[in-house]
Parts: sequence; structure tokens; C-alpha cells
Amino acid sequence: MTSLLVRRVGLALVQDAGRPGQAAIGVGRSGAADRSSYALANRLVGNTAGAATLEVVLGGLEVEAVDGTVWLAGAGAPAPLRLDGRPEPTGAVLALRPGSRLALGLPASGLRSYLAVRGGIDVPAVLGSRSHDTLAGLGPAPLAVGDALPVGSETADEMRVDAVPAMRYGDRPVLRVVRGPRDDWVRDPATLVATTWSVAPASDRVGIRLTGGRIDLLDPTRQLPSEGATRGAIQVPSGGEPVVFGPDHPVTGGYPVMAVVVDDDSDRLAQLRPGEEVRFAWAQ
Amino acid sequence: MNTPRLLPYGDRALLVEVEEVSEVVLVADAVRSGPLADLVDDVVPGARSVLLLARPGVDPAEIRERAETGMVPDDLRLDPSKSPADRQGPSTVEIPVTYDGPDLAEVARMTGLSEEEVVAAHTGTPWRVAFGGFAPGFAYLVGGDPRLEVPRRDEPRTQVPTGAVGLAGEFSGVYPRESPGGWQLIGRTEVAMWDLDRDPPALLYAGATVRFLRA
Repeated sequence: MTSLLVRRVGLALVQDAGRPGQAAIGVGRSGAADRSSYALANRLVGNTAGAATLEVVLGGLEVEAVDGTVWLAGAGAPAPLRLDGRPEPTGAVLALRPGSRLALGLPASGLRSYLAVRGGIDVPAVLGSRSHDTLAGLGPAPLAVGDALPVGSETADEMRVDAVPAMRYGDRPVLRVVRGPRDDWVRDPATLVATTWSVAPASDRVGIRLTGGRIDLLDPTRQLPSEGATRGAIQVPSGGEPVVFGPDHPVTGGYPVMAVVVDDDSDRLAQLRPGEEVRFAWAQ
Repeated sequence: MNTPRLLPYGDRALLVEVEEVSEVVLVADAVRSGPLADLVDDVVPGARSVLLLARPGVDPAEIRERAETGMVPDDLRLDPSKSPADRQGPSTVEIPVTYDGPDLAEVARMTGLSEEEVVAAHTGTPWRVAFGGFAPGFAYLVGGDPRLEVPRRDEPRTQVPTGAVGLAGEFSGVYPRESPGGWQLIGRTEVAMWDLDRDPPALLYAGATVRFLRA
């Protein structure tokens, strides 16, 4: 069976469209953090919409085709590609012949690249999904050197496009937010949109921690009973530095959600690097 | 039942806030079986709220509009003590517990009961699964003996073992796996709350009745 052998890896996870509908038993949706880049990578290789891809943080991945030719395409953070050492255009659909290696370098902007293989990554699904949920500890383990990733047969269409322009993530994005449900718990909700926030190093798929300002709660000792949440929910702990929930978010525990990033803009969160700046604006 | 409050939650969801955890079960049941079912992708019960995630292409404003008119069917309003699950005869799960938890003596002191009376109170009434969400398979149980309401520990434990049975506020619950936790631990069970080789993997689903027994 054709597979991809992992020769070198920094941080890379198998991700698909996630596990919707199971939050009531403590299983969050998880899935690709930047859903549009994930979907684009799959479309480029003609995969079905839910096929599993690799979500690669800041490059550093090298894979080798074993027992057959593997077709691949990348999207998201524009990691420079090298095929057996030769540079290839980012965003191109590439054929990796048996024994050949593809390496992803450090992208010039953005954080997460999606590498789709034609047929999908065919590791065993857990509760209907091949996503690794970092919070619940469900799904395939993070990639390690020596892993052989089987290539599946989840194709829907021919490959009709040779390449797409590489993405470029501009500085200091402005993400739209909707106020509520608990904006009445904070002293001045406008602080959220008036502040230029920085992404803290402790950010991950569970949440993006923001520094550079402070949102005061009206009563820091008041506790909110646990509440369901979505990706993009902005939770304000008593310390005042907000946390924006990512795809592996939990339910809330004690702290209010004062605003929620518009769903279409929440993909951009997945491309924020530690130290980068971000602003918010009220959705019209 | 009181009229639920509808709170905005981004552009893909709506939060229904209620006053009692018993109403959470009512609202969640009513949404799943009522006129909102075809607009909603997921229903996430919390301690005092139910988060409704809109289906792709559905505007949460549409959910709000329909919820304001018919979320809780009239027959539920007549008797808030009954939810549809009650009337269908819900599944009852029996969980044998060895009552030797490290906080049993402290719970007895806080409640003014003897340790024996704490155990009798915990096994004496049926509990009900109100919601989950903290971890896979973790269920918040309500409806127990009100004398057992105790605060969480001041300092959470960094490691609570799998199967530990705890109390916190109005809730009781069983830790599905080893994790940090701040609940008062009164016992332990061998019954697996979460097993990926089982279908479904979670033992306790919202609405189910739970009876604790002495192991």
C-alpha cells in the first residue's frame, strides 16, 4: 500500500473536518484550525471534502513516498517546498515518486500549512474523525519520525488545477467580533476593539492568549457556571487578558465570554504567530 | 418553567440561559424534539445554559425568532418536573462505589453528617445527567440529596485517579480518566465512564438516571 514515510518533523498533526455534534459528551469538534486552507488543499488534489490532511506548524516536515507515487498539494501558511532538494512553487500540485522526498521550510508568513495527499491520510478514525484533539487526547498521535502514513482512496474528482497563488498573511489583521453573550460582565466592552493585542507564546489549538491590554471584569470574584462554547469565543479571565478559543476549546469554566469572532474570520486566528499583533472590530 | 433568556453568541450560535439546571434538561430535550431541531446542528447543555449551534446556512436570528414562539412545548410548561425523557422511561445506570475517598471525612464535617450518613445520602436518591463537556465522558449529575452540597476544594488536586467519585456544589460526578480536579472525592468505582471500544463510548448521556450503590 502506498504511504508517506515521515523523515523529519517539527509539529505536525493529522486533521480533517473534526467531530461535530458530540460536545454534550465532552468531545469537542476539533478539526483543521484553518478550515478554508484545509479545504483548499483537499480540493487541489481532488479529495472528498472530509479527507484527512497534515496540519504543519512552521514547516519542518519532510516526507518520502513509499510503494507508489503520491500526489500532494499545500495550502495555508506558504511553506517553501523542496522536492529532493529542488525548489518547487508553493501552491503547486506535485507528484512524489517512490523514494522521493518533499520538505516544507519555514513559511514567510502565517503559522499552519495544510498538506493534502490525493486519497487522504488513511489512519484509523476515532469517533468518526481522524483529527487529533489536543485537549481531549483523541485521534492519531502527533507525527513522529519513522511514522508511515497510509494513503487512502477518498477522491471525488480529477485534479483540475495545477497550482494556486501562495497565500500571504498581512500584518495586524482586524477580525470582526459580535458582542455577547456576557459583555455585561465587563466594565468597558469597547476595550476589546480599542486595544492592539499581541499573541502570547502559550497559544495553541485550545486557545490564543492575548497580551498588551486588560479587560476589567465588573466583579472578578463572580463565577459563571460552566457553559458551552464555540471556536472564536473570547473568554475574559479575572486577570483581564483575553483568550480566544481555538478548535480544541473546552467548555467555559468560571469566566465570561464577552464576544465571539465571526465564524468566517476565525480561520485567520489559526495563522497568527506568537508575538504577532491582532485587532478586533465590531461586526456590522 | 421560567422564560429562558436568549443571548447572542457570534454569527453561528445562540445561547439560551435558564435559571435552574433542571430547566437545562427541559430546554435541551425541547430543542432536540421540537420545531428548532431542523435549524440546529448541535445542542450543548451547560450548568445554566444551552448553546445552540446553527446548521450551515441557517442564521441564528432565525433560531431566535422561532425559539421565542415555540421552543418549549406547552405540555412541558404544564409540568416542569417532567421532561420528555422522564415520560419515555429513561435508562437507569447503576454505579457501584467503594466509599473510601480522601475527602469523605471532610464532606461529613462540612455537611454535619456522619460518614455513614453521607454514603446513605449519596446512594439514597436517583441522580440525573444534566450535561457534560469538561472531558470525554464526564457527566454532571444533579437531583441528589441537597444535604450533600459542598464547595469545591480550595486547592484542586493535580491528579485525580480514574473512577474517582466526587461532589461539588449541587453536582456529583465520576472522573472518566486521570486528570486534575477540584471536586471533593468520596469514593471510587470500577465502572468505565469512557471506553472507545464501546458504542457509544460515554456511559452517561444527558437525561439518563444514575443510581449509586455500595460496591
